[in-house]
Amino acid sequence: MEGRGSARPIVIPGEAVGGRGVRPGPGTYSEGGQVYAAHLGVLSEGEGTVSVVPLRGQYLPEPGDAVIGVIEDMGASHWLVDINAPYPAPLHATESPWRVEFGDTARYLNVGDAIMCHVLSVDEIKRIQLTMQDREARRLEGGQLLDIEPMKVPRVIGKEGSMLALIRDMTGCRIYVGQNGRIWLDGEDRDTALAVRAIKIVDERAQAVGLTETVREFLERHGASGRPRPA
Amino acid sequence: MEDIEHIPKELKLIDSDGVRLDGRKFDELRPVRIEAGVLGRADGSAYIEWGGNKVLAAVYGPREAHPRHLQDPARALVQCRYNMAPFSVSDRKRPGPDRRSVEISKIISEAFSAVVFKEQFPRTSVDIFIEVLQAEAGTRCAGLTAAAVALADAGVPMRDLVASCASGKIGGVVCLDLNKDEDNFGEADCPMAIVPRTGEIVLLQMDGHLTYDEFQKAMGLSIGATQRLYEMQRDALRRRYSVTLDEILRESPPEPPMATSETSAELDADFDADLGREGSR
Repeated sequence: MEGRGSARPIVIPGEAVGGRGVRPGPGTYSEGGQVYAAHLGVLSEGEGTVSVVPLRGQYLPEPGDAVIGVIEDMGASHWLVDINAPYPAPLHATESPWRVEFGDTARYLNVGDAIMCHVLSVDEIKRIQLTMQDREARRLEGGQLLDIEPMKVPRVIGKEGSMLALIRDMTGCRIYVGQNGRIWLDGEDRDTALAVRAIKIVDERAQAVGLTETVREFLERHGASGRPRPA
Repeated sequence: MEDIEHIPKELKLIDSDGVRLDGRKFDELRPVRIEAGVLGRADGSAYIEWGGNKVLAAVYGPREAHPRHLQDPARALVQCRYNMAPFSVSDRKRPGPDRRSVEISKIISEAFSAVVFKEQFPRTSVDIFIEVLQAEAGTRCAGLTAAAVALADAGVPMRDLVASCASGKIGGVVCLDLNKDEDNFGEADCPMAIVPRTGEIVLLQMDGHLTYDEFQKAMGLSIGATQRLYEMQRDALRRRYSVTLDEILRESPPEPPMATSETSAELDADFDADLGREGSR
């Protein structure tokens, strides 16, 4: 974990990132045998492929994404959910974990409720369907929602969930991270405040190396209780 | 029109040594300064100072296109609004869109349509806002150059940045980047925008007359200038992200409420104050 704070190279749209024999990965495009960056981001190379990890940008839903949504509107047999994407995302009553009578949607979820759900499908014109047919999926009660840059979600989760596990264990908070950059936290007031700070550090310093150690130091310095999570 | 009558007939916009009114040579740009990420609410933003021009650009999106009937099921829309502040010119400009600003908005959005990967975001729109705070000839070029930086700052996928610069003819000489007097009293003004990597022209207009040879020369000057502007744009973006990193590393993380033996009431107050701080940042 040495070299803390050093940054990886930042590339700018149109910058050449690879020549012949290099496959263009996500965030790049090829033209005339050359590979160029398609958006602002951090260069990452490996196994003959070059890609650009975006630093900022909009959340684009993919099937299977776990997201946290807020109910925007209701129909007789569906809810319209705001999942922080540029597209409307309906959740059909048959995809909810309850047996919903026609016209009785308001009994289960109301406007303003937060839910944890999954993206069921996204078609070629980006019509989205959500589902709550999953053990994880549920209505979120209490706690608070935090919005971060959607492109930094992988850093908040960390390699194999290491960062998230660290924050969870050291603050004793219950945390759900949606792929759409929305995070739900619940726990003691002080613990949640600490967890929010820790997540903000990750959001702000996403390019830095040795982030897990920084966050661990931060939490230790501020006396995170380290209580085991309530079951 | 009154101010024109007071100008002496023998006024020379460029003297025999090839020096212009503001001391520049025919191929010199006015001083340019670009800054990226200046607005907190926009997805991407940039500010440019170009001679006496001061222009802000903000980008939102890709986001849901409204009104719905404008949505294109195959690609994103690139929409642009160019607007001049009432105080941006010496006589108060009547606020609101007019013939000129509607035209400029249209051509700028078309210029960016050529570089944005629109197919990746069907049914959405990328909204570009260009606000001219102070104008001194060449605001469309300044606005477009800033908007390209704002687009990149927003993380919008695109083939390349776009850089823009005008050339024109004053006193019979083809010159780069006309200022206000040269624009008003010169013979021709020809703004263009270029995709620097490929040399594609995505915006080209002309006010006045140039011969074929003069036009070729003007285009050569503008293309040369856009390469310089391109470097400044890239530098602004790099600076933005290295600055945030340096700043963050210099600053220690904000102190959270330290509480081990406080009463719960104190803790609550502390917590509220803490949230207040959060909100004000």
